[in-house]
Amino acid sequence: MNTHTTQSMDITPHAHADVGGPTQPLLMVQDLIKHFALPKDILGRSSGVVRAVDGIDFAVRKGETLGVVGESGCGKSTTARLLMNLTVPDHGDIIFDGQSVGSKELSLKEFRRQAQMVFQDSYASLNPRLTIEDSVAFAPQVHGVDKQAAIDRARDLLARVGLDPRRFAERYPHELSGGQRQRVNIARALALQPRLIILDEAVSALDKSVEAQVLNLLLDLKEEFGLTYVFISHDLNVVRYISDRVMVMYLGQVVEIGDCETLFESPRHPYTRALLSSVPSMDPDNRTEEPPLSGDPPNPINPPSGCRFHTRCVHAESVCSTTMPKLVTDAQGTGVACLMHVVRSGHSAAPLSEQEAA
Amino acid sequence: MSVEENFVDIRNLSVTFTGGRKPVKAVSGVNLKVNRGEVVALIGESGSGKSVTLRSILRLHNPSRSKLEGQILVGGQDVVAMSSGTLSDFRGKVASMIFQEPLLALDPVYTVGEQIIEAILRHESMSKSEARARALSLFERVRIPSPERRLDAYPHEMSGGMRQRAMISLALASQPKLLLADEPTTALDATVQIQILLLLRELQRELGLSVIFVTHDLGAAVEVADRIAVMYAGRIVEEGSTRTLMRSPRHPYTRALLKSLAHGSVSKGTRLETIPGSPPDVSALPPGCVFADRCSLALESCRQTIPEIVTISPGHGARCLRLDQTDQPV
Repeated sequence: MNTHTTQSMDITPHAHADVGGPTQPLLMVQDLIKHFALPKDILGRSSGVVRAVDGIDFAVRKGETLGVVGESGCGKSTTARLLMNLTVPDHGDIIFDGQSVGSKELSLKEFRRQAQMVFQDSYASLNPRLTIEDSVAFAPQVHGVDKQAAIDRARDLLARVGLDPRRFAERYPHELSGGQRQRVNIARALALQPRLIILDEAVSALDKSVEAQVLNLLLDLKEEFGLTYVFISHDLNVVRYISDRVMVMYLGQVVEIGDCETLFESPRHPYTRALLSSVPSMDPDNRTEEPPLSGDPPNPINPPSGCRFHTRCVHAESVCSTTMPKLVTDAQGTGVACLMHVVRSGHSAAPLSEQEAA
Repeated sequence: MSVEENFVDIRNLSVTFTGGRKPVKAVSGVNLKVNRGEVVALIGESGSGKSVTLRSILRLHNPSRSKLEGQILVGGQDVVAMSSGTLSDFRGKVASMIFQEPLLALDPVYTVGEQIIEAILRHESMSKSEARARALSLFERVRIPSPERRLDAYPHEMSGGMRQRAMISLALASQPKLLLADEPTTALDATVQIQILLLLRELQRELGLSVIFVTHDLGAAVEVADRIAVMYAGRIVEEGSTRTLMRSPRHPYTRALLKSLAHGSVSKGTRLETIPGSPPDVSALPPGCVFADRCSLALESCRQTIPEIVTISPGHGARCLRLDQTDQPV
């Protein structure tokens, strides 16, 4: 079976080519914006826009797992869809390994062969009328692999994700459990030998005991195929476990990004701090006594002025409602968007000089 | 035993759904006692029968497509044997329920206030303005901002956390003694979830409610529950105080579940310990222990007889034949 894998894995010899070298980030996102217009009223007047993603910049390095966390409405799933161009951005550049997506060097089709996505709803993302081997073999055929080779590869991949092809290959999605279906989706994402996989709440619908199996599988596959992950989840424990770096979003913007352990151990943005301490403690002798935040996240249709978090922030001062803090990342890719960390921002806790800030 | 001690006493409850091609025994032989003022969490994975057990307490299953066996005593009355009139008086007045998705549980064409007033007037004779005053005080109690205005809001006009608060006040409208909560925080964001959990804990203490809290989230259970019962494939496999269950779980399933969690202490790069396989099909349960097929300690005898519950210490019991192998800390 293994010999087969190596043969059938070459669609085109340069499918895996590393264009920009190891220091070039695999994915760079610059000033990405997506506003969804609300339906017009009966007089044809615009009733506003949902600022789903409102000017975000970040980079995903080769071989890392970037965790993306935030509450519903923060734009994390929209970001995922924008990266894949499933939703067309209003503005912004997506640069994949040094080449702009949609340009002459890297067409959208070519990009999508190298970047794949796994969704939360394992059932809705499979065609109910295709057997699972046909589902996994579909995309390679679109990209010009002949049918038999594609099916052989699909069977190899199914075996690789823990589904014995002799038992499962000819089943339909409804005949599988949720965990098994998510394995099929992962196998399908791997079928084109991508370099980047975007996992949008990919384990969130699974039971805990099955979730652990799929997380282990993701770690194994990452190592084996040299993958890079963007792992989106609302489950902070899982994100902490799987990520190398973490990005925290709030109302369409990035509020903090940095090394996973550093961020979890010493969060700098007040929202990150509140979000992390909202996680139940799992210790019956050390229960949470006070909720870290009150109220719900504001509506992204009319986000608060200035810093979007100022309406719920315990450290908010008048300057926070007028000045929007910018996310500035350093050479290590660490950054926080909060006026308390900006030199002479007007906030009483702000550093007075660069030295103090460092 | 006095009613105080066992306000809820579920005895040998089985629930079989007969609507499909073959009958599905979703709950088989559940025994559960809840004292007055006690919070018990039922935890388990999807299909373990936790929600079915909870819904049986209000007899919410369609009687033409399901069969209830056993007894569900609440305050000494058997819910299974109640006439439909008695049942209507029981629902809301003695026991009421909050659901996972308030948008589906609330009626979209009435304001939230109207729904609460209707619930109050169903059980008590008072004027409409008195009922509205009570609805308002409930809204204040669950800390809904600008409560007067929110009473006249429709469910879709509220945010998720506020809707869940409104549903809690609806459930408390007729001053029930037992609150049944079916995954009340699962659909909420982390920062809102903890607010609702703490609110439930606070209301339970102030009102002296008995609460049965169904969740798949062990963390949420630990935040609110005095005791935890772990369900697997329609049976309670282990039960004990929250502290005992978290510190010294004895059933192999509970132990494996705790080990498989990715939480703060798990170091990066180490593989998570997993439970092989997946839960059994409840329409074709094995004759012996339901966990035997996935259990590393299973013997031939485990596959033949259903283990009886073994009392390990007062209030802590597990259905397992191999408890002598599970006394090491997890």
